[in-house]
Amino acid sequence: MASVPDNLHYSKDHEWVRVEGDIAVIGITDHAQDQLGDVVYVELPKAGDEFAANDSFGSVESVKAVSEIFTPVTGKITETNDSLNDEPEKVNKDPYGDGWMIKMTMKSPGEVDSLLTAAEYEDFTKAEE
Amino acid sequence: MVAPALDLKKTPLNDLHRKLGGRMVEFGGWDMPVQYAAGTIGEHLRTRTHAGLFDVSHMGEIDVRGPEAIAFVNKLASNDASKLIDGQAQYSALTTPQGTVIDDLLVYRFAEDHLLLVVNAGTTDKDWGWISSHQTGEAVKLENVSAQYCQIAIQGPQAISILQMLTETPLHEIKYYHFVRGQVDGVDSIISRTGYTGEDGFEVYAPPDKAEQLWSKILDAGNYGSEEGVLPCGLAARNTLRLEAGMCLYGHEIDETTTLLEANLGWITKLNKGDFIGREALAKQKEERIKRKLVGFEVTDRGIARDHQDILIDGQKVGIVTSGSPAPFLKKNIGMGYVPVEFANVEQNIEIDVRGKPVSAKIVALPFYKRAK
Repeated sequence: MASVPDNLHYSKDHEWVRVEGDIAVIGITDHAQDQLGDVVYVELPKAGDEFAANDSFGSVESVKAVSEIFTPVTGKITETNDSLNDEPEKVNKDPYGDGWMIKMTMKSPGEVDSLLTAAEYEDFTKAEE
Repeated sequence: MVAPALDLKKTPLNDLHRKLGGRMVEFGGWDMPVQYAAGTIGEHLRTRTHAGLFDVSHMGEIDVRGPEAIAFVNKLASNDASKLIDGQAQYSALTTPQGTVIDDLLVYRFAEDHLLLVVNAGTTDKDWGWISSHQTGEAVKLENVSAQYCQIAIQGPQAISILQMLTETPLHEIKYYHFVRGQVDGVDSIISRTGYTGEDGFEVYAPPDKAEQLWSKILDAGNYGSEEGVLPCGLAARNTLRLEAGMCLYGHEIDETTTLLEANLGWITKLNKGDFIGREALAKQKEERIKRKLVGFEVTDRGIARDHQDILIDGQKVGIVTSGSPAPFLKKNIGMGYVPVEFANVEQNIEIDVRGKPVSAKIVALPFYKRAK
C-alpha cells in the first residue's frame, strides 16, 4: 500500500505539497513513483522561474515513460533539488523526503486549501484503480 | 491492480504473473507483465549478470508440413530456408512485394517436410492471413498452432546451468540457433538456443498446460528470491535488453514502410536463392543503393530520446527515432532510428528533438552491447 502522510496536501496529478511557513515544498507521491517504476531522469526548472497553479514545471522519466509534473500552487521557485540529477532514484526511495523536487514561495497560500487531504487523496487513487 | 479488459488474450502464466507482482499492461492484444516487483532496471541487470526468465507464450507459431514446405517458406521469407539442417533455426522476414517487412520471424526445421514459423504476437493473425493466402497449389499443410505452445525464455550467463538442472539433454551440445526435442522437468519440450537479449540462453516450447510447472521449476532451480537468483522479467526489460543488443523490434525499427536493406537486414536477404516476394524490389534497391539507413545513437547531453521523436542535423529534421530508452547496463541513453545514408556514419553528431528541446547525440556502432564470449 502506498504511503500517504497526513501532514501533506495532494493534487489529482499526484504531487504533494508541504507548507513550511510561506514556502511550499513539492514532490510526487509514493503512489506516483510506484506507478512510474524506476525513475531515471528528473527535469526541473531554475530558481526564479514563476508558475501558476497547474502549470507543468518539469518532467520525471522512468525507463519506460515520461510524465509531466505540475505545480499545485502559484509562485516563484526558490530552490530545486539538484541532487536528483545524479540520484534520480531518490524519488523512488524517499518520495516525501530526499526525493522532493522544488521549493516555491506561494503567491496565494490559500490555494493549498483547495488541494486534497491525505484521506481524500487515498480515496482518489483507489477510485482511479 | 487494474482488471484486464475482457477481450485481452492471456498466456497460461497470467495468474502466476499476478501472484509474482507483475504489473500487467496491454501488448499486441495480450495482457502481459511490463515489470515485476524488482523493477525494469533490476530485471535487466540480473539478466546480464545472472539470469532472467521471460514469458513469451504470446508469440505465434505456424506449422508448415509437406514435401514442398521449404520451397513454400522460401517463396515468402527473405532468408534461405534451404540452408537449414534438421534441428536448426534461422532468423528471417516475411516481405511485401516492395521489400518492406510484414513480420520478422524464426524458421525452425524439424525435418525436410516440417518447418515451424515463430512470429510476433501482435502480427500472428496478419501473418497467418498472408501466409495462408499465398498457398497456391504447393504440397504443404499449414496450421496455426499458436495455442498449442507456451514459450518460456531463460536468458543470461547462468541460463545454461539453471536449465541443465531440469533436463538430461546435454545443453552445451546445442549450438547457437539450434534446437532439440527433450524433456524439461519431465515435460516434452523443444529446447532452442535462441533469445532476444544479447545473452546466451534458451527458449523452451512446451504444452501450455505445463507452463506453470516449468516456470515455477525454473524459478526454483535459479534460486529466485536470493540476491543472485533468476528474476522473472517483464516486457520493459525485454525491450531494453534487445535494444542494447541492437536488435530490431517489429513495429519500431521494421514495419511495412521500411525495407530489409534499410534496416541492416541484408544478411537475411538472400537475393540469389531464387525468387521470393519482394526479391525484385530489394534487388533494385540494392543496385540503386538505399537512401536511408537504420543507425544507433547515444545521447551525449542530459536527456532521454524516445520513440517517434525527430532526429535533427543543423536544426533540420532528417529522420525519426524508432526506439529510444535508457540503457540500464550501459548506463547511457541510447536509441535507434533512420537517417539519410550521407549522415549514417559513426561519430556523426545529431540532435534529438526531445519534446521541443534539441538534445545532442552522436551516431555509434551497433550493437551497443556485445557479451564477452
